[in-house]
Amino acid sequence: MGQTILASFRWLGFGFLDPLVKLFQGIEPKKNGALFLKKAIIPILSIAIFLGVANFFSSYLYNIERERKIEKTRETQGDEAALAMQECIDSGDISCKPNSLPSPADVWRATQTLIADHRMISTDKAEFKTRTAAVNAQRHAQGLSSIRYTGRPSFVDQIFTSLKTVFAGFLLAAFLAIPAGIVLGLSETLRTALNWIIQIFKPVSPVVWLLLVSMVVKTILASADMDKSFVISFISVGLCSMWATLVNTSVGVSSVDKDYLNVSKVLRLGVVSNVFKVILPSSVPLIFTGLRITLSVAWMVLIAIELLAQSPGLGSFVWEEFQNGANDSNAKIIVAMFVIGGIGFALDRLMMLVQKAVSYESKA
Amino acid sequence: MSAFLELRNVSKSFGQGTNRVEVLKNINLTVEEGEFIAIVGFTGSGKTTLINLIAGLITPDEGEILLKGKPITGPGPDRGVIFQNYSLLPWLSVSGNVDMAVKQVFPKMSKADRKSHVEHFIKMVNLHPALHKRPSELSGGMRQRVSVARALAMDPEILLMDEPLGALDALTRGSLQMEIERIWRESRKTVLLITNDVDEGILLADRVIPLKPGPRATLGLNFPIGFKRPRDKATINADPNFKKERNAINAYLMEIGKHRVVANDKKYDLPILDPIIPGAERRLFNPRTNL
Repeated sequence: MGQTILASFRWLGFGFLDPLVKLFQGIEPKKNGALFLKKAIIPILSIAIFLGVANFFSSYLYNIERERKIEKTRETQGDEAALAMQECIDSGDISCKPNSLPSPADVWRATQTLIADHRMISTDKAEFKTRTAAVNAQRHAQGLSSIRYTGRPSFVDQIFTSLKTVFAGFLLAAFLAIPAGIVLGLSETLRTALNWIIQIFKPVSPVVWLLLVSMVVKTILASADMDKSFVISFISVGLCSMWATLVNTSVGVSSVDKDYLNVSKVLRLGVVSNVFKVILPSSVPLIFTGLRITLSVAWMVLIAIELLAQSPGLGSFVWEEFQNGANDSNAKIIVAMFVIGGIGFALDRLMMLVQKAVSYESKA
Repeated sequence: MSAFLELRNVSKSFGQGTNRVEVLKNINLTVEEGEFIAIVGFTGSGKTTLINLIAGLITPDEGEILLKGKPITGPGPDRGVIFQNYSLLPWLSVSGNVDMAVKQVFPKMSKADRKSHVEHFIKMVNLHPALHKRPSELSGGMRQRVSVARALAMDPEILLMDEPLGALDALTRGSLQMEIERIWRESRKTVLLITNDVDEGILLADRVIPLKPGPRATLGLNFPIGFKRPRDKATINADPNFKKERNAINAYLMEIGKHRVVANDKKYDLPILDPIIPGAERRLFNPRTNL
């Protein structure tokens, strides 16, 4: 029982909780206590130190901004107004709060605001659904499309939109890069022929890809009744992120161990079974390393692309908050930053699990 | 009636121009059906090249190799190769590795027949308990057994073993040697064993043939080994004939090995290591004053 728990924990990437589980089971308390201290307590402590530093730095910036604001009021409106402004700021009234780097407490408050906002919007949505149910059924019977909720999306909705876009882009990248990588890996002529093009396209910035894709999509989907910004952003994400998989697949396929190829030769495997039974399985670990890089690159560029393409998602959330300039906008941007980081980390862990599951132990 | 396997004046060299190395020169060998031949030689004398030639993985520059009177044009499952480094596919289980070969060689075999065929050969090498294990979970000796089972399951005309026990420890080596001897008696395949261990050759083979060291390696004298089968390591070790044979082969190998002198006529210009003493007059060439 205990072993199963430990094994599944380790498999899920929570290996750092190992010593804690063992502590609860009373196995080697001294050694496991020290291990727990090293693997869990120290990271938590470092997070606390980070929060402390962030708090100190933000209050430092806040004070500078506060002085400046009071000074400015004094210059333009006189001493009385400046005093009033000082009182207003120190009373904590949001209407005259200086705009600077938010403190961890601000970020925490913004998180709660966002969650409350999400709750409100979801209840609103549910109400809308019950209210329009009868009308929609009627419209459906008449062959008309149903009335959709057109209110503003909540932060959580934006997260799911972003995830949808990133998966669409990731799938596109995989479908383009893996077959192309196999073909390139098998043919040295093609590899040398396309090497320069690949090397030139690889470092192109996501912004340029977005513009390039929108040039093409604009023409092709001119009249189509589709969410154009979604199409543009997921294709751009795919094109930006596919290169790691392409290069890794072609390297994996072209560098199959000579011993395995000798086996294939002695067995006189045909071209197709050679590819599917020997070359592909042996390059699976490299292909999945490529896919893992692709997914993290896709998530990274997605934010920038959404920001520019005005396609809904976390990127446009960040951009809108920046343009909005409300009192808690900065704090909301920081919340989005941590959410983006956390999801990126989770996606990477997910891919690592998949990679572990499909890889064989090298060289037998 | 020609011999089962015949090599006629086979030569092989690698590289081009001044880097050209003639590895094998004028190799002649005839092997009868059911014979167990051991070729012994120094490391780097071209033993693996010889096996690769017979396996068809490389083609000879001159001469021809005939199996049952037909020239060898490429690799094929009629010659089961057992590689020194096992060459198992690590993503397949033990039975998967054997099954893949069987499926390729006997495509018409039914699924049930194939399963029993695979299991028969895995049992033959005493690996039945490890049927579903991956190669990475097996020891070196067990991996080589899988490789033997795979080669035998293809039902080849001849088994080519390229230093099959070279990477194993001495104890595992001894037990696998006896196993190879037993399998050979059971399956009656023609076997060509390449080894650097003279004792192993004497213990297993009907004929031991030293390979004269390369470059331009050729096969040397034949040493027929007459011990009765089934052979047993302990009895053979005690047999005075064993010592005689071993000494004869070793002496022959040492004799031909003398010619393997590493020729090196290149002269190196050593730097002058005179110490520089401050204040003392420099006796050596001084670039400043001589400009």
